[in-house]
Amino acid sequence: MHSFGYRANALLTFAVTILALMCAIASLSDNLNTPSPSAQIEILNINWFQKQPHGNDEVSLTLNITADLQSLFTWNTKQLFIFVAAEYETPKNALNQVSLWDAIIPAKEFAKFSIHTSNKYRFIDQGHNLRSKEFNLTLHWHVMPKTGKMFANKIVMSGYRLPEDYR
Amino acid sequence: MGWIGESIESIKSLQIRQVLTQGVSLGMIVTSALIIWKALMCITGSESPVVVVLSGSMEPGFKRGDILFLHMSKDPIRAGEIVVFNVDGREIPIVHRVIKVHERQDTGEVEVLTKGDNNYGDDRLLYAQGQLWLKRQHIMGRAVGFLPYVGWVTIIMTEKPIIKYILIGALGLLVITSKD
Repeated sequence: MHSFGYRANALLTFAVTILALMCAIASLSDNLNTPSPSAQIEILNINWFQKQPHGNDEVSLTLNITADLQSLFTWNTKQLFIFVAAEYETPKNALNQVSLWDAIIPAKEFAKFSIHTSNKYRFIDQGHNLRSKEFNLTLHWHVMPKTGKMFANKIVMSGYRLPEDYR
Repeated sequence: MGWIGESIESIKSLQIRQVLTQGVSLGMIVTSALIIWKALMCITGSESPVVVVLSGSMEPGFKRGDILFLHMSKDPIRAGEIVVFNVDGREIPIVHRVIKVHERQDTGEVEVLTKGDNNYGDDRLLYAQGQLWLKRQHIMGRAVGFLPYVGWVTIIMTEKPIIKYILIGALGLLVITSKD
C-alpha cells in the first residue's frame, strides 16, 4: 500500500496533473488580452511588371510597412509571425492569396516598427490578370504561444491597384 | 492433513483470481488509451490528432520534440495557417506554413504553397517531382495548439527502441505485481 513504487507513481501523477493544469490556465489567460494592433502599408514603387515567358504575370513592388503590434504580446507569447499578403479575385480563382513579405517578431520591444522593403516572395499570378487589378494588402499575424492555443488575425487594407501596362 | 489441502486450494484459487484481475486492469489501461486516441480522431477530424515536430524547419516557433494538436475542419485553407501535409513518395508528414493560396472559382478547389519559417526557400523542392502546388487531399490537418518538449518521449523511444522495451516491461511488471 505505501510502497516506494506506489508513492512515486502518486507523486508523478500529481506533478503531471498540476503541470497540465498550469499550461491550460496559461493558455486560457490569453483570452483576457484584448489587443488593439494598428498597421499601414504603402506601395512606394512598382519596380517592374511583366508577363513571364509561360504566361503568368509577375510584379515586383517596394513596400513601406508600419505597424504597432505590441498589444498582441502577453506573458504566454513566444513570438509573433507576421506576413503581408496580396489578396485579389480573378475570373479563374475566387481567391488568390500571395504572401509578399514575412517576419518573426521575437519580443515586444520589436513589435513597433517601420520597414522599407521590396517583396521577399515573388508576386506571381496564376494566369495574366494583374494589369489594372485591384487588390487588398492584408497584414496577418499568428501569435505563437509558449504553450496552448495559437491565435491569428489580420488587418485588411484595400484600394490598391496595379498599373495598366507592363513596365 | 485435511486443512493443508484446504489452504493450498485457497491459495491456488486466490492466485487465479488475482492474475485475472491484473489481466483485466492491464486490458483496461490499453483499451482506455485506445478509446482516448480514437475519440480525439473523431473530435478533431484528423487521422492523427497529435503530431511530434521532427525537424527544425519551423524554428524558433516549433522546435524538435514539441507536439502540435491538429484540427481538420471543412473551413477553407488560408495563407498563414500551419498545416501538416503528406507528399506522395514521402512517408513522414511535414509541418509547414501556407504562404500562397489559389482557390478556384467554379470547383472551390484550392492550390497552396507552403514554406518552413526557418527555411530559405519554399517547399517546391520537397514536393513530388514536377508538383507545384499542394491540394486538399495532401493536407492532414492544421495546427491549432502547441505543447513544448512532450514529444521528446516518442522521439527517444523511436530512436532508442531498447528504452521503449525496458519501459513497457517495467510498466507491465508494475501492473502485474501491484496489489491494491
